[in-house]
Amino acid sequence: MQVIRRQFLQGLATVSLVAVLATGPSLAAEPADWAGIKEAAKGQTVYFHAWGGEPRINAYIDWVAGELKQQYGVTLEHVKVDDTANVVARVLAEKTAGKTSGGAVDLVWINGENFAAMKREGLLQAEAWAERLPNWSLVDVEGKPTVRKDFTVATDGLESPWGMAKLVFMHDSARLAEPPASLQALAEFAKANPGRFTYPQPPNFHGSTFLKQALSDLIDDREKLARPVDPARFEADTAALFAWLDALHPNLWRGGKAFPQSVAALRQLLADGEVDIAFSFNPGDASAAIAAGELPDTVRSFVFAGGTIGNSHFVAIPFNANAPAAAKVLANFLLSLEAQARKEDPAIWGDPTVLNVAALADADKARFAAIDLGKAGLSPSALGPTLPEPHPSWMEALEAAWAKRYGAQ
Amino acid sequence: MTPAALRPATLAIAVFLVGPVAAGLIGTALPALGYLPAAGAREMSLTPVSMLMETPGLSRSVLLSLGSGLAATALSLLLVFLLLAGWMNSPVFRVLRRLLAPLLSVPHAAAALGLALVIAPSGLLVRLAAPFSPALDRPPDWLILQDPFALSLTLGLVIKEVPFLLLMALAALHQVDALPRVRLSESLGYGRIAAFTYAVAPQLYWQIRLPVLAVLAFSTSVVDMALILGPGLPATLSVRVAGWMGDPDLLIRMKGAAAALLQLGVSGFAVLVWIAGERLTSNLVRYMATGGCRLSSDRTVRALSLVWIYILVALAVASLSVLALWSVAGTWHYPDVLPRRWTVQSWLLAGSDLTRSVSTTLVLGLSVSLVAAVVVVAMLQEGVRARGQPVLRHGGAWMSALVFLPLLVPQVAFLFGLQVLFLQAGLDGSWWAVALSHLVFVLPYVILSLAGPWAALDPRYRLLALSLGASEAKVFWRIRLPLMLPALATAVALGLAVSVSQYLPTLLVGGGRVVTVTTEAVALASGGSRPLIAVHALAQIVLPFAGFAAAALLPRLLVPRLYSGTFS
Amino acid sequence: MSPLRPSSGLALQSLRLRLNGRVLVSLDAQVAQGTVLTVMGMSGSGKSSLLAALAGFVAAPFQVEGRIILAGRDVTDQPPQLRRMGLMFQHSLLFPHLSVGENLLFALPPGGSRHDRRERITMALTEAGLDGFFTRHPQTLSGGQQSRVALIRVLLSAPQALLLDEPFSSLDASTRDTMRCLVFEAARTAGLPVVLVTHDPQDAAAAGGQIVSLDP
Repeated sequence: MQVIRRQFLQGLATVSLVAVLATGPSLAAEPADWAGIKEAAKGQTVYFHAWGGEPRINAYIDWVAGELKQQYGVTLEHVKVDDTANVVARVLAEKTAGKTSGGAVDLVWINGENFAAMKREGLLQAEAWAERLPNWSLVDVEGKPTVRKDFTVATDGLESPWGMAKLVFMHDSARLAEPPASLQALAEFAKANPGRFTYPQPPNFHGSTFLKQALSDLIDDREKLARPVDPARFEADTAALFAWLDALHPNLWRGGKAFPQSVAALRQLLADGEVDIAFSFNPGDASAAIAAGELPDTVRSFVFAGGTIGNSHFVAIPFNANAPAAAKVLANFLLSLEAQARKEDPAIWGDPTVLNVAALADADKARFAAIDLGKAGLSPSALGPTLPEPHPSWMEALEAAWAKRYGAQ
Repeated sequence: MTPAALRPATLAIAVFLVGPVAAGLIGTALPALGYLPAAGAREMSLTPVSMLMETPGLSRSVLLSLGSGLAATALSLLLVFLLLAGWMNSPVFRVLRRLLAPLLSVPHAAAALGLALVIAPSGLLVRLAAPFSPALDRPPDWLILQDPFALSLTLGLVIKEVPFLLLMALAALHQVDALPRVRLSESLGYGRIAAFTYAVAPQLYWQIRLPVLAVLAFSTSVVDMALILGPGLPATLSVRVAGWMGDPDLLIRMKGAAAALLQLGVSGFAVLVWIAGERLTSNLVRYMATGGCRLSSDRTVRALSLVWIYILVALAVASLSVLALWSVAGTWHYPDVLPRRWTVQSWLLAGSDLTRSVSTTLVLGLSVSLVAAVVVVAMLQEGVRARGQPVLRHGGAWMSALVFLPLLVPQVAFLFGLQVLFLQAGLDGSWWAVALSHLVFVLPYVILSLAGPWAALDPRYRLLALSLGASEAKVFWRIRLPLMLPALATAVALGLAVSVSQYLPTLLVGGGRVVTVTTEAVALASGGSRPLIAVHALAQIVLPFAGFAAAALLPRLLVPRLYSGTFS
Repeated sequence: MSPLRPSSGLALQSLRLRLNGRVLVSLDAQVAQGTVLTVMGMSGSGKSSLLAALAGFVAAPFQVEGRIILAGRDVTDQPPQLRRMGLMFQHSLLFPHLSVGENLLFALPPGGSRHDRRERITMALTEAGLDGFFTRHPQTLSGGQQSRVALIRVLLSAPQALLLDEPFSSLDASTRDTMRCLVFEAARTAGLPVVLVTHDPQDAAAAGGQIVSLDP
């Protein structure tokens, strides 16, 4: 069965690859028609489908809406989404129904497997618009390669980077003074303190990320992760991971018989004192949550000495967007200095910038330097090495294997 | 008697209720059989079905859905009957009756959120106990929520369904001469519960049978409540269907469609099991009744039934209180029983968004319920004119089954197909489309709450008025409408409550452009801000509650003579 | 038929029924076996509440004072199911979900094999001239037949008194006379004290016992 499915997917991938080659996206083009785009965008309403679970992010998008209205005459409607996969499914349903224009989604906050799926199914605007945005020149393409490679999949200008993510753990220093600094130390901690650690249940995005982090630490050769999964070798490649998980699970929260359903629920468990360790993809999350009273102010961040997985998150325009011009204006504004600097402030959101701060003018550099990373913030140097995301096929294969092994007890 | 074809409103309702469900089911069945043109899949195949069969834990998901749905329905019905049997006509009962409307106003998702905050190991109950046990200085590692046997989910469902079934039973009670029958049986030596069980319950049950089956179908396919309270390893079938249907991978989506059909089968099977149970129970009751089994001392059982009801009410009240507390909590960490820092920050933060979503929800809900009320009244009046009685009586004609179709077919089985239908008609994303989709679910409830009162009005009033020279229109406006006003107001309030609680239809048909308090609440519930989640859960509760309160007050203002007491 | 137990009648001692403190009915009476106490009153006079009080169905805001002595037992504080007061209403209240025979089985005190119980019902029906009615559905019976089944039902339950709440008022004139005779005759034969509430003077005349009027 698994085989049939994979062949089907490979078939689809070949088809879309041919389609991409045929249309031939030209990556070198300048923002030639930007004035025209701005003009077209004026008066348009852009429906921005973005995860709505975090009030701080919602408030930030509210601020963007105000700026956008004032600076460009564009109305931004934030459609609060509980799961980005549903947005992909929505666009897909529109395609199924033959709705090739006037779609419900103008811009979607996305990355990883959702992007891979949209790209594969031809659900995105075919032109390579992202790298023609005026503010693209500010993006740190060299230092942050993930802004062009989303989970190893080339973005091809089909999505525009918005922020940087890195797996960061948090612990309550009042209860746990010395957090485990490696995967093995984490397992020992769980053994010594049964019931005080857990992770979101895969296929939840963050739960799967935890599996990928563990696999990156345990696999014999990390290079394998950059390539698609080899089904013949998958079992051998993940044997160490599942042995580690088998040993870990009895020591998890609820004995591994239940898992939190999201990383937000995990953070809530930390706040409730049910677990001692949580994690986030946003290095500023702990500081921001402390500032909001959602976490005790004794919570601190930490990372594994060997590095943790990092990636970028993006915004993309569906193939049938109703207001593509306004969507581009919005994507461009999200890359602007003021928007990126504001976003990095933990008092606002705490999401790291995608811009090349070192190349900015001194005054602008100072603006980023002045940001207070908060009690639980880690400086860029303390964040440690960044491990690349594995190819999306690893995520799918890991999720399937996890569900088979632990999903039905 | 006029054939249905000559009664336009009746026909319209039938078409309107059956059409979307049937179309939605077809839209689900095609991808389940491998037909999804957008994915280039144009040939029928059993691939999605065999993919589904290989899913780990599928049989367990099916059993969980069946078990929790059947158990929740049976328990709710049992509690409602025990409460009526033991305490009907008592002062306790009158107090409980007053709590009905507020409890009915709580949408399933909000009830589940509140309940989770009460019974979780870091929840209110353990916090209350914490000062008395040093072992509780940290939340205990107890598997209460998401337990593998779906007991928390069953409990949550019971809390929600008992008020609904009680409302239905109360409406039907006077139609079966309950009180005289119980008294007669008691004078024959039967205990209170035996008297009710033998003399009233059999007929009362048939009066509320369709609502009971609707509860069963709902409980076996509930998504929002199961997400919060239900197990995860694996989840109940409906939760997994919803997940697969929202997956970006087309093959998984097709598997989801196959699973949606399985869900339809599971709910259908639950109904079959239930019907077999009906037979058994009915024979058992008859056997005991004719055997003269008196059960004359039932004080303990009666007391226990009341204890159970008290526990449910206490849990419901605690859930609401905890939500209210969280909405104004600044800092509230374990083991504090009350927040350490209070703030209205979350209300202010929600402010403008909340105002907008509340007004959208209210306008949508009221419009839909009013339209539903007008259409249903037109239908009932067609029946009155054709044969002196409304066409639809509780548990009667073929119409009943049609009317309940949207409630008997699980939402996840046809909504995704319906979404494609709306898209193809170019109707999606608009306010009107969302209103139409809500109407499908509101109509049955409005019919449910109007059919009984309409049939209960003595037909001789109309004949008398007609013989006095009044026109049909005058009879309607001057006699029936004023007398039916309380029932109408309740029906509209119930319709509003149903509309407010719709999540999947609003999301799928509205494309995220129609923002209601419920879509906001669900989006926020995926995040970590409990105060803000609580604010939205409360907003979800306040709207229907205001509706029920207005329904209780308005008729008194409009037709004060009905309440002046000189009629009694 | 069941052997009817001897009783020494029904005594109402300083019985007072209050509604929110106000005295609704005040009564002192001794009803001997086989005799009828007729309580007359307009609707709203509290006569149905009086019957409810005797049967044990009084709840707040009503209060009962005084004693109710039945066959030498003080039943004032007993629950209805232990009082053994047989009730008959204006409507026969035969349960529509049970057949005629099952309605009667329902009233028969527990005990005996299923076969014996059935035999007794069949005999009782035959004695009442309703041979072959066991499996009939109550709603297929005429008003008079329903009343007769209701009477058999209450007698089969072996009560120690009969409480009649306007039992004849829904019958047509000819059936009404027949039923009056049947009921009072049955009560005399069984030696049951009877309390009859009615607004129909002809009922009182046919009963031929003491008459109390609740009308001011």
